[in-house]
Amino acid sequence: MQKFDRLDGPAAPMPMANIDTDQIIPKQFLKTVDREGLGKGLFYDFRFDFDGQEKPEFVLNQPAYKGVKMLIAGDNFGCGSSREHAPWALMDFGVRCVISSSFADIFNNNCFQNGLLPVVLKPDEVHALMAEAKGGNHVFSVDLESQTVTAPSGQAYRFEIDAARKEKMLKGLDAIGETLVHVGEIDRFEEKRRMTRAWASS
Amino acid sequence: MGKTLYDKIWDAHVVATEPNGETILYIDLHLIHEVTSPQAFAGLRTNHRPLRRPDLTLAVADHNIPTEGQALGVDAVADEEARIQLQTLARNVKDAGIEFFPMGDIRNGIVHVVGPEQGRTQPGMTIVCGDSHTSTHGAFGALAHGIGTSEVEHVFATQTLRQEKAKNMRVTFVGTPVPGVGAKDFALAMIGRIGTGGGTGHVIEYAGPAIEALTMEGRMTLCNLSIEGGAKAGIIAPDETTFAYIQGKPGAPKGAAWDMAVDYWRSFFSDPDTRFDREITIDVGKLDPTVTWGTSPEDAMPVTGLVPDPDSFATEDKRASAHRALEYMGLTAGQPIAEATVQRVFIGSCTNSRIEDLRQAAEVVKAATAKGLKVAEGVRAMVVPGSGLVKEEAEAEGLDKLFLAAGFEWREPGCSMCLGMNPDKLSNGERCASTSNRNFEGRQGRGGRTHLMSPAMAAAAAFAGRIADVREFL
Ligand code: SF4
Repeated sequence: MQKFDRLDGPAAPMPMANIDTDQIIPKQFLKTVDREGLGKGLFYDFRFDFDGQEKPEFVLNQPAYKGVKMLIAGDNFGCGSSREHAPWALMDFGVRCVISSSFADIFNNNCFQNGLLPVVLKPDEVHALMAEAKGGNHVFSVDLESQTVTAPSGQAYRFEIDAARKEKMLKGLDAIGETLVHVGEIDRFEEKRRMTRAWASS
Repeated sequence: MGKTLYDKIWDAHVVATEPNGETILYIDLHLIHEVTSPQAFAGLRTNHRPLRRPDLTLAVADHNIPTEGQALGVDAVADEEARIQLQTLARNVKDAGIEFFPMGDIRNGIVHVVGPEQGRTQPGMTIVCGDSHTSTHGAFGALAHGIGTSEVEHVFATQTLRQEKAKNMRVTFVGTPVPGVGAKDFALAMIGRIGTGGGTGHVIEYAGPAIEALTMEGRMTLCNLSIEGGAKAGIIAPDETTFAYIQGKPGAPKGAAWDMAVDYWRSFFSDPDTRFDREITIDVGKLDPTVTWGTSPEDAMPVTGLVPDPDSFATEDKRASAHRALEYMGLTAGQPIAEATVQRVFIGSCTNSRIEDLRQAAEVVKAATAKGLKVAEGVRAMVVPGSGLVKEEAEAEGLDKLFLAAGFEWREPGCSMCLGMNPDKLSNGERCASTSNRNFEGRQGRGGRTHLMSPAMAAAAAFAGRIADVREFL
C-alpha cells in the first residue's frame, strides 16, 4: 500500500450527495483483471456525453482543476457496490484524498487498503471548503500526522481518524503481512473450530 | 448485560485482538465471483502466498454472464473482456482447488442465491464476498457483509479479516401486512424512513412478529437491502423456519451432525436484557405496496402517492438532490406515481429472483391472464431466475410457460439487468419497473430510469404499462 503522510494540491468541489461507486467508475470498466489504468473511466458519465465528448461544465474537465489531488464531496460518498475499482480509479486519476461529511462503510475500508485518505468533517466545514475550492487554482493541504486540512485561506480544520488506520496509512503497512504474524493463533482457532463445529469444516 | 446476536457471532470468531483495538475475525465462508476476485488472485501470486482454505471458498460466475446461450460455454461469450474475466476465474479456481459452479452448470447463479440454495449459508457463521449484497445471508443468522478486493485477498491468504466492531441497531416489525405487501415493501419503507446513511456503522437486527412470520426467501429480500440503508450487515435470529429451509440442502450437516448443528444454532439470538445502540419500530399493517420515485433507495413512497415536491425537503443538499433526481427520472412533482409509463420490466437480481419471488409474480400473471390481459404494448418484460436450480424448479411448476404466454421473456440465470454489465441493459430514457436493489443514475444502463418494487408489483406494471398498484390485479 502507498504511504500517506502529507498532500498538497488542488481540490475539486463535488457538492452532490450520495455519489455512488457506479458513478465513480461505471460497470463497463469492471471487466478488467488489472488494478491499473482505471483512471480513464473515473466519473465517466459525468465527464463524457453519450458521444464520448467531454462535458465542459463538469468540474474535472475545467482547466482550473487540472491535476486535482483531492475531492470535496457531498454526504454519503462511495455508497453502493463494493467495487474496489472506485478507489483504484480515483488514485489512477491522481486523487489521494476525499473530504466529505460521511462515507459508505465498504468504500471507506477500500480507501484505507490503498492509501487513499477519506477525511470526515462536519457538513458546515465541508461546505466552507467547497466554497474555497470554487474557481480552482488553489492549493489545499492535508496533513495526516496532525490530522488537519488547511484551506487556501489558511483556515485549518481538524479531523478524527481511527488510530490504527492512521498508523497503517502513515507507514503504508501491508495488512496481510501483519495478519500472518498471527498465523499460530489462526492455526489454533481452526483446530478448536474443527473439534467443536466439525460440520462447518468441509 | 446480555449480548446481541451480532455480539455472539463476533465473539465466537475472534482469533486475536491487536493492541490498537483491531480484531482479527475468522471467516467461515468466502463466496467469490468473476468481477472482484482477479486482482486478489494476482496479489497472492505476486507475493507468493498460498490460498489458505480453498475448502471454505465457493465460486460462481454471475455478474457479467449473458442470460441466453449459456450452454454454448464461456468461449462463446461475445464480449471479449467479459470472456477473459470468466476464463481468468476458471483458471484461478482450478489452480487454487476451489469448488466452482461455472456458467451453464445448473447450480450456477447469483452468488447470494447459490450460497443459501446449496446449504452453505448457515446460522452463526461469518460470511463474506466481494459484493455489497452479501448482507443477504444475514437472513440465516449469519454475520455476512461485502468486502473489497484487497480484503478478498486478505481472506484468501489468512481466512480472516481485520475488523472493528460495528454498533447494534434493531428494527422491530410489527403488525400484519395487507395482501400485496411483503418483504420488499418492508425494506423500502424502512430505508425511506432511516435514509441511505441511516444504518451506517451499525449491524441491523430485524425482529418482531412480522419477521418471524416471513419465509426464508422474504427474510433474504429484507437482509439483502440492509446495505441500501447503509448498514454493515442485516441479521435475523435463526428459528424453525431457518432450520427447515437448510435441512436436506447439499451443504447442510447430515445425521448426528445435524442435531449438533441445530443445538449450536439455537444459541444465536439476542438476550432479552440486551440494549441496542439504536431501535426503531415499523408497523407493516400501515404499509401500501411501495415503489421508489428517485435515484436513491431512500426515495420510497406508497404506490398510491404523489411524487414529492423537491422544495419540501429539509436541507439544501436534499432539495438539490431531489431536483436532480426528478429531472433525471423525467417526473414532475405532484404527479401520481402510478401514472408513470414503463417501457421495461425486470424481475430478477439477488433481491428477488428466488422461487417464491417468481411465484408471487406468477400469481399476478395468472390473475391478469384470466382477465385476458397480456404484457402491455411497448413494454419489454424479462424474468431472470436467480440460479439454474430456481429456473428448473420454476419450469417444473410451469411458471415459464405462464410468463411466456403472457408476453414475458424467460431468460437464463445471472445478475443481468440488475447492474447491466452484460448485454441486458436499459437505453437512455427508458423507464423500468425493477425488482432489483439500486435505482442509482445509470445503474441499469446509462440514462435508464429505475423504479424499485416487489416482484408482484413489477408484474402488475408489465400488464398496466405503467407503475400500478398490484391490488388492482389481485
Ligand atoms: S444481482 Fe445485482 S446486486 Fe445482486 S450480486 Fe448481482 S449485481 Fe450484485
